[in-house]
Amino acid sequence: MIRVVDYGLGNTQAFINMYKRMNIPALPAREAADLDDAEKIILPGVGAFDHAMELLDGSGMRLPLERRVLKDKVPILGVCVGMQVLARSSDEGKQAGLGWVPGVVRAFRSIHSAAEMPLPHMGWNDVTPLGGALFRGLGKDARFYFLHSYFFQCDNHANIAATASYGLDFSCALRAENIYGVQFHPEKSHHYGATLLKNFAELEMQA
Amino acid sequence: MLRPRIIPCLLVHEGGLVKTVGFKSPKYVGDPINAVKIFNEKECDELVVLDVDATANSAEPDYKMIANIASECRMPLCYGGGVRMPQAAKKIIGLGVEKVAISAAAIENPALITQISEEIGAQSVVVILDVKKRIFGKDYDVFTHNGRRNAKRSMIEFAQEAERRGAGEIVINSIENDGQMKGYDLVLAQKMRQAVHVPVTFLGGAGSLDDIAALIKTCGVVGATAGSLFVFKGVHRAVLINYPQVPQKDALIRTALGVSA
Repeated sequence: MIRVVDYGLGNTQAFINMYKRMNIPALPAREAADLDDAEKIILPGVGAFDHAMELLDGSGMRLPLERRVLKDKVPILGVCVGMQVLARSSDEGKQAGLGWVPGVVRAFRSIHSAAEMPLPHMGWNDVTPLGGALFRGLGKDARFYFLHSYFFQCDNHANIAATASYGLDFSCALRAENIYGVQFHPEKSHHYGATLLKNFAELEMQA
Repeated sequence: MLRPRIIPCLLVHEGGLVKTVGFKSPKYVGDPINAVKIFNEKECDELVVLDVDATANSAEPDYKMIANIASECRMPLCYGGGVRMPQAAKKIIGLGVEKVAISAAAIENPALITQISEEIGAQSVVVILDVKKRIFGKDYDVFTHNGRRNAKRSMIEFAQEAERRGAGEIVINSIENDGQMKGYDLVLAQKMRQAVHVPVTFLGGAGSLDDIAALIKTCGVVGATAGSLFVFKGVHRAVLINYPQVPQKDALIRTALGVSA
């Protein structure tokens, strides 16, 4: 069972609809107990970093999430702000992030080479995978829908799963053991996104 | 490479889809859900759905209709019509819509842009300006209420104010070009593109894919929105939902931007 964390932020239903079309069982997780049967977890999110952290804290699901992800090693996919909260902190807010993937979230505007680009970074951009199961079957024409003004800066190059380019090359997908994140919106990226979500669903649980 | 966005714009009137000319004489072109299903299959870049009754009738957004469209829509969706309060915008985002468009309410009360932006994030706030060229002078005026009311605000000045107040995208809708299918107003487009630092999208006038190519060639990576082009086919304007296939779209963009494959 895939559980999509519904903490009041992000398009839970879009993921569930996507998986329904693939005949893969997926349901929202609205309270701690819903996470008990999760074999995979999706953490969506839109809007501001602090707002996301406050809602996650208030949802009662933060501690059970930590247990399932960090202790039980259930694969999790953070999407958009759901990926950004995996960092220690963000230029956008004052709250601490989950800190599950070493790195910080930076503003495009803070980077000189990106200063002239319109923001938010909005639309379909190419993605260059650096290997890994999440991008299996996605060729050179793979493209995804982006909508954001901040990006994840990994401490360790080894955690970057894919890059995209907008004024600078940035990590648009990351991986640390069973923890995955994508900055773009696979749930709104047509068959490219469907392939990625199917790949995530088919990942083997790690012992 | 970030691609220019090619976006069908659907107008909802009395529950059905319509297409207007010069913001007038709505012609019925079909059922909204059916159109969304076809655009899903065609893998289109984004979709804009505007409820033209909601503002004119001072009605609340039709949340049930929005939820139906959003759950069917497999591409990014922007909804506009009747959004006057931050809470309404928040509710619409919660239904699975990526972006909320505001127009008349933002022009009457620009502080609303900031309030909505704080609630749902700037990336999801779209300000649509319906504009018409001034009879004297080179600037454009902003209109509301389906083009009937002149707000007496300069397009450029208001767009810049909207950006300062937290809009994440500006959509410029040319009233005079609506339904004409004779091409975008490229002078207006270029002026607007240089005036703000958020993504800009143009609506009004596209009659062929060549018109879209001309806009991209002039302005670079912008949004190109069209109504008639994607719902009519041929000189007799027969209703036929259409959208370029991916290779055709990619080739158009590459040529317009002057980049190699």
